Amino acid sequence: MTKSFSAEKIRQDFPNLSITVHGKPLVYLDNAATTLKPQCVIDRIQQHYQKETSNVHRGVHYLSERATAEFEKVREKVRCFLNAAHSSEIIFTKGTTDSINLIAHSYGRTFLQKGDEFIISEMEHHSNIVPWQMLRDEKGIILKIIPIDDTGAYSVEDFQKLLTPRTKFVSLVYISNSLGTINPVAQIITLAHKQNIPVLIDGAQTVNHIPVDVQKLDCDFFVFSGHKLFGPTGVGVLYGKTHQLKVMPPYQGGGDMISSVTFEKTTYNVLPYKFEAGTPHIAGVIGLGAAIDYVMAIGFENIMSYEQSLLEYGTRALSKIPQLRLIGTAKHKAAILSFVHPDIHAHDLGTLVDEQGIAIRTGHHCTQPVMKHFGVPATARASLAFYNTQQDIDHLIDAIIYANTIFNQNYE
Amino acid sequence: MNDTNRAELYQQVILEHHHKPKNFGELKNVTHDAEGYNPLCGDHLHIYLHVNEQNIIDNISFKGDGCAISRASASMMTAAVKGKPIDEVQTLFEEFHQLILGHLKPDMTPNHLGKLAIFSGIWQYPSRAKCASLCWHTMKGALEKTPTVSTE
Repeated sequence: MTKSFSAEKIRQDFPNLSITVHGKPLVYLDNAATTLKPQCVIDRIQQHYQKETSNVHRGVHYLSERATAEFEKVREKVRCFLNAAHSSEIIFTKGTTDSINLIAHSYGRTFLQKGDEFIISEMEHHSNIVPWQMLRDEKGIILKIIPIDDTGAYSVEDFQKLLTPRTKFVSLVYISNSLGTINPVAQIITLAHKQNIPVLIDGAQTVNHIPVDVQKLDCDFFVFSGHKLFGPTGVGVLYGKTHQLKVMPPYQGGGDMISSVTFEKTTYNVLPYKFEAGTPHIAGVIGLGAAIDYVMAIGFENIMSYEQSLLEYGTRALSKIPQLRLIGTAKHKAAILSFVHPDIHAHDLGTLVDEQGIAIRTGHHCTQPVMKHFGVPATARASLAFYNTQQDIDHLIDAIIYANTIFNQNYE
Repeated sequence: MNDTNRAELYQQVILEHHHKPKNFGELKNVTHDAEGYNPLCGDHLHIYLHVNEQNIIDNISFKGDGCAISRASASMMTAAVKGKPIDEVQTLFEEFHQLILGHLKPDMTPNHLGKLAIFSGIWQYPSRAKCASLCWHTMKGALEKTPTVSTE
């Protein structure tokens, strides 16, 4: 970690951290659901609406050209952020779910046939399960699931066991939202490519924790959401290799995605516009650009080493609570702590720690198969960001102890 | 119950029913039963009923996983409806429904809720109100012969 990194200083960039909840200072530990927004992102969106509101790729007037230039600057920023080869490989979507659905509809419906096998893992978010199930029901493809072990991980060998000559697509989460596990996706991509199988990586929980180089990973598709990267909601990214995107038909029809339209025939626009029908979330994209600048200025080296130290601290602190069960204890983990209290259901715990001003997520985290694997209906989850501190974790521990007191004190 | 003290959700009566639920377990001889799900949290419970020829619920039980609120509510519901004719239970369902929406104030409106009035503050926590109402919707589903009920 470089000396310039200071979580205390960073906290001042996030106005949401200064509010009180139920009379207590907010302790925000729900970053896997969404991250807070730094002032620079909020300012940038406001500035767009105040001074450069216009539609993009349309007018010849000053504002439209300015908005278009700012919008396209962000495409280049995202290219750089992911180290994609071309900015035309960056498509703006509504978010991760939208990006996955785009691939399921466009690639899946066109290139997958009855009997083709499709590999996902047991730890996928529902957004990387349901679109493929819908495709399965429509086309008759076969879904194969990489099982996870009791630490919440799987190995490259577990993947390899499912690989057959009939495997035609692989779609995997890089970092699990409910377990924190960092999966060995690079090796899996290499293996899949030996059989020319395209691989989609769900990076929703990745881009805020570790740097991503899509050329080095060599994934065919990579998807993420802006709002989990300290940017606005309603905007996301689909990266796709040019040769894949080129042969894929459009997902939606409308303005912007065409070159010419007559009632007889429509010619589709070039990449990336072929996949961006209608007016995009312009302010959202511009806000995402500011968020990327912000994260890059902090630097992933700082983010990773700081978050890992927080993860270790949090794991140790939670482990000291008698019989508290950590769900997700893989060797390679991002700063996500899922747990089950021996006496208190996750929802009761969520309500009681909220009373102390602490925001955690409770429930199945849109990963019901993971809950089933561990035999629990729900977990409590504290997911950390670089603005969290050891003190935040101390508050959480105190609140869990308090919840325990309430549960036992009132019952004698 | 007020906004600054959520611990009041977890009053002694609720915790007693949570720790030692009444009418817990599977009932063998049933005339009605149904399964209820809360997709928000993954909670589920099963309600078993025996309704006799006089249309009286002469036996009822429940089984399942859930938070303290859902478990206590199911326990208290079974205790409240056992021995009651179905039309009275229907009235109780309506009153409980109005209670958790915050529309019925038990100290201001005449009602039959009795101990169930303990849930009078839960309308302030919409996500938790579903925990309290799951058992009631499931029971209603059982009586109407709807085998699966969801709070969504």
